[in-house]
Amino acid sequence: MIETNILIIGAGPVGLFTVFEAGLLKLKCHLIDSLPEPGGQLKEIYPKKPIYDIPGYPSVLAGELVDNLMEQIKPFNPTFTLGERAESIEKQADGSFLVTSNKGTVIKANVIAIAAGLGCFEPRKPPLSNITDFEDKGVEYIIKDPSIYKDKRVVVAGGGDSALDWTIILADIAKEVTLVHRRESFRGALDSVEKVVELDKQGKVKLITNAQVVGLEGADQLDRVLIKHKEMGDISKEVDHFIPLFGLSPKLGPIANWGLNVTKNAIEVDTLDYSTNIPGIYAIGDINTYEGKLKLILCGFHEGTLMVQSAFKYIYPDKKLSFKYTTVTGIDGLQ
Amino acid sequence: MEGMINVKVTDRDGQVHELEAPTDMNMNMMEVCKSYELPVEGTCGGMALCASCHMYILSDHTLDPPSEDEEDMLDQAFFVEDNSRLGCQIKITEDLEGLEVQLAQVE
Repeated sequence: MIETNILIIGAGPVGLFTVFEAGLLKLKCHLIDSLPEPGGQLKEIYPKKPIYDIPGYPSVLAGELVDNLMEQIKPFNPTFTLGERAESIEKQADGSFLVTSNKGTVIKANVIAIAAGLGCFEPRKPPLSNITDFEDKGVEYIIKDPSIYKDKRVVVAGGGDSALDWTIILADIAKEVTLVHRRESFRGALDSVEKVVELDKQGKVKLITNAQVVGLEGADQLDRVLIKHKEMGDISKEVDHFIPLFGLSPKLGPIANWGLNVTKNAIEVDTLDYSTNIPGIYAIGDINTYEGKLKLILCGFHEGTLMVQSAFKYIYPDKKLSFKYTTVTGIDGLQ
Repeated sequence: MEGMINVKVTDRDGQVHELEAPTDMNMNMMEVCKSYELPVEGTCGGMALCASCHMYILSDHTLDPPSEDEEDMLDQAFFVEDNSRLGCQIKITEDLEGLEVQLAQVE
């Protein structure tokens, strides 16, 4: 079991900077994030976009800001659980919390700071009414083990790198691979596009462009997908697997069921210290809401800074806390 | 009124909202919808990096064609039609007086 003072849910910019402010108070942090690397949206959605409203930086690339934050918090030795989603929470008699991830990792923390931004990134599910009926019965949003497609008939949908790359890989494994995409051009890397077009010519892959999958059929297992083609109309295709690859989108996820007051997908907080309705659980950054809220990184930094002061008092009700400037004391790291 | 155009937005329940949009605030259709608290997420803030402001153009206005970035993003949206656009990429200008759009279904 991992033990820490503050468990930060979400390793985006706000979660990362909170490690720094907590570290100044000698509070140790552990971060959990559903993405495989720290940085949140900044790494996942827009790493190459310049940000212009970080004080002191006329312009900084989102990915670079994350790298700098990682550098800045290094002295405080934060620990990470990446690629896992905080699933359930249990308050202990002593006021601390046990958080369990979707993969069974258990983290004990005195305080929880939810810095989950827009929520956790999950595969986008096509809006087909019965799609959930076929999950793990022929529909997969993530390919974990390509060997399960051996000698199977597979339909892949999407136009990005993952759709193209998996089509190429599955061409050698599956009995039949069909790639369905809504237009003729692809946003994926050019050599992958060329490869798929070549495989289509060789008859190893069936490429259906200007088309979308609009229906799924099957009794228990998936048997058939319906494809709507712009010119040719409806195509019905017998399949064993349908793999929609439409990227990731953020969802509030399990946090919604933790008993926190939530309005419009955001957690209500008291602006005094960004505490939620549950003592010991705080929410900072884009995930919280209050009157006058602005979803800005710089506001999240402020929120995290005030929050750790309150967290300190929650953890050590009898200890005195004196505020210190880094210019005076420098950085005294944590082991 | 000068510096304002009128646009019509049909929401997901079929209700039509007549909105006024300023031409001098560097706004786009996603932001206009949000400012009237219509249910448009605008998750990425307007960078054409999500598809949560997907809408259909109903009127026959000629818009600038979608950029490659916008097309790429529409690839990740659902219910995409020939008149699909991302609201965040539709800049409010005087030429858009009378624009009519419909919000796409949410996923």
